[in-house]
Parts: sequence; structure tokens; C-alpha cells
Amino acid sequence: MINQVIQDEVPGAGDVPRARGRAIVVTSGKGGVGKTTTTANIGTALAALGASVVLVDADVGLRNLDIVLGLEARVRHHVLDVLEGIATLDDALVTDKRVPKLRLLAAAQTREKDDVDTAAFRDLIGTLRDRFDYVLIDCPAGIEKGFVNAIAGADEAIVVCTPEVAAVRDADRVVGLLGDDRKIELIVNRLRPALVRKGKMLSVDDVNDILHLPLLGVIAEAPDVIISTNRGQPVALDPASEVGESYRAIARRITGQDTGAPEIPREKTLFGKLFGGRS
Amino acid sequence: MIEFLNRVFGREPSSRTAKERLKLVLLSDHLSLAPDVIEALKHDLFEVISRYVEIDAANCDVTFEQREKQVAMLANIPILGMQKRPTPPPPTPASHTNGSPKPPRKASANGTGTPRRRRRKVQPQNMPQPQLAQGSPQPT
Repeated sequence: MINQVIQDEVPGAGDVPRARGRAIVVTSGKGGVGKTTTTANIGTALAALGASVVLVDADVGLRNLDIVLGLEARVRHHVLDVLEGIATLDDALVTDKRVPKLRLLAAAQTREKDDVDTAAFRDLIGTLRDRFDYVLIDCPAGIEKGFVNAIAGADEAIVVCTPEVAAVRDADRVVGLLGDDRKIELIVNRLRPALVRKGKMLSVDDVNDILHLPLLGVIAEAPDVIISTNRGQPVALDPASEVGESYRAIARRITGQDTGAPEIPREKTLFGKLFGGRS
Repeated sequence: MIEFLNRVFGREPSSRTAKERLKLVLLSDHLSLAPDVIEALKHDLFEVISRYVEIDAANCDVTFEQREKQVAMLANIPILGMQKRPTPPPPTPASHTNGSPKPPRKASANGTGTPRRRRRKVQPQNMPQPQLAQGSPQPT
């Protein structure tokens, strides 16, 4: 039912056979570690690099990707409308006017994760892969049905983990559940370099001594993220933001434009503290 | 400097505590063994070895390391001497050998001198398959 004829300006819709896009699930196990913010910013940064990107919110019942992206007012249909044939895929895809190559497929807010059929969701991701370079799936917290649905169509995974014992333990569990067949990479989120130096926070090495995953990037805890989320403007679009640059670096690593080791955020200098602030 | 002060005052950085706690809990998660069962395993391991040689029980150390797809058990068991033989070695399991039980292996190859420390690697073969990556529920 989702294979209706689609007229769309997204590259790949009607042209010669193209390579299938990559389906990447952003997951963590634990809630509140920044999956949605990560999905929004990496998607935005990838689209800003010129790739066609669709962000799929798999957190049915607790939809948030739309509000983090600032697209909440423009959502007319959601993923279950598409799966149930109430709307076409094109009716449901919201184009981000700031980055026209970015689309959002919102989650249903008034439904439950059990309402989503895993096979149908997997097929939907497959359909999207035929049309977009990148399909980023924002996975719900937990390891129940919502998680199973979210990872079903993804052949790659980004595990988001904060430097906290609970987040690391849950990340380890999720890595086990993702299995051996998926490429899995790690983003350490909300690192506080000053605390790490004082021995009061797990370092990136500490986290990865336990998880043993290829490191995709490290994001420092920063007010920029809170402020940009308040405004519904992904920080990846802010050329002056260091955290924005961290997200852009992750996007370049995903596309293969950057191949060096990810940069670990360092403490801000006094100068940076005095003059780097924004509100 | 801060690390130095912490050492002077005997405080361990909380990040190190966090890491050690995580390692222990994940080991327990992966092996599907409760922490006290792991302690019992260590105890039995020392007991078996001390049937053959006298060990320095106070300085025995067993750690677990996450390798690519499995957990490795590393035992560091200082040997005090070969004299102690309080109990005869139990018969070797049939799967290992069909003949008479092997005598305990000499601690040093040339027979001269007793090494103070030995490092043994024991693969936990008879435990529930310890794995990092698997989706199936583990036996409890």
C-alpha cells in the first residue's frame, strides 16, 4: 500500500537506477541521552552536504523529532497513516525549507508502538531507501516493540551513549540486540571535558574500553544545543557553533568525506568562555 | 595535580569507580552469572590449583576481559612451592585423556627454580556462551 506511484522532486524518484540509500537507526536503549537531537542534527548536516535525507520518527506515541526540528506545525500525516493507506508517502513527508533535501516522516502521536507491524515498517524503510541517500530512523528508548520495529529495516546503527554508568550498560545491551550483521558506530554525547579532566566523568576511552565500538563522533555538553532546540533550529545549521561543527564532522564521516579520527572536545579557554556565549 | 591530591588523600576518582562498577556488572550481564556466583567460581578455581601446588592465596587475582566476541578469564596466581600435596589430584575427566591421570605439570620447563608468578588463561568453555553481540535471550 505504500508503493503508490510517487511524483516527487527528490533525486532518485524517477531517474535511472541508483544505488540504494543507507538506512541508519539511531538508538541507545536508555532514554534521555539525546537520540532525537542527534538524529535531527546529523540528518540536517547530511542534507546540508547535498545528500537527500529522510528522517523517520519511530517513537510512535511520543513523537518529538518534529518539534526538535521545528517542523511540528507542518506535519499533516504520520507514519501509520502511510502504513494504513490513509495518506500517500508524499502526503506525509514534510520538506524542511531551510534544507530542502531534508524530509521528515513523523510518528503517530495518538497511537501505540504495538500498532505498527514490523514487516510493514521494514518495507517502508526499504521503499525510502530506494528514494533517498540516507534514511535515518529515530529509535524509541527501550528494547521492546518500538525498538524491534525501528531496527528492522536498518542495516547500520549509531549508538548514542552519554558518559554515565546507566547509559553505558544500556548501550551494551542494545549492541547485543543489534546483532552481528549491522555496522554499529558510537557517538558519545554530552561529554563535559572539565569533569573528565578532574576524574569526575567517564572519558571517551573509558566508555569505549567497555563498548568496543568504532567511534563516529563526540559531542560536548553545550548550551547551544538547548538554545537551538528551544527555537526548533538544529544547531548543525549554526556555522558559529562548535557543537554544530561536531555534528557536521559526523555527517562528513558518514559520507566518507572525513576519514581521520574524531575530535574529542576540549575544555573551553577563558577567552572562549567570555566571548563564546550566546543566548 | 588533582590526581596527585586524590592520591594523597586516598580518594579514587569517581570516574574510575564508575568504570570498575560497569566492568563488573557487564561481566555479570554477559555471563548471565550473578556477581556472587563469579566469586564462587574464583574460589573453586583457587581451590583446584592449590590441590597441585601451594599458592599465595592473598595475592591471587582473577580478572575478566572482553575480547572481540567473548569474555576471557585471566588468572594471576602466585605459586609459593611445589611441595604441598594435601590431597591427591582427582582423576582427569575422560574427555581429556583416556590413559592414567597426568601428573601435575612442572611449574618450570627445565625443572630448576620455581617461578614466582604464572599467568594462566582460562577460556570459560562450560559456562553459558559469553557473548557481546547476541539477540537471543540467555538462560538464567
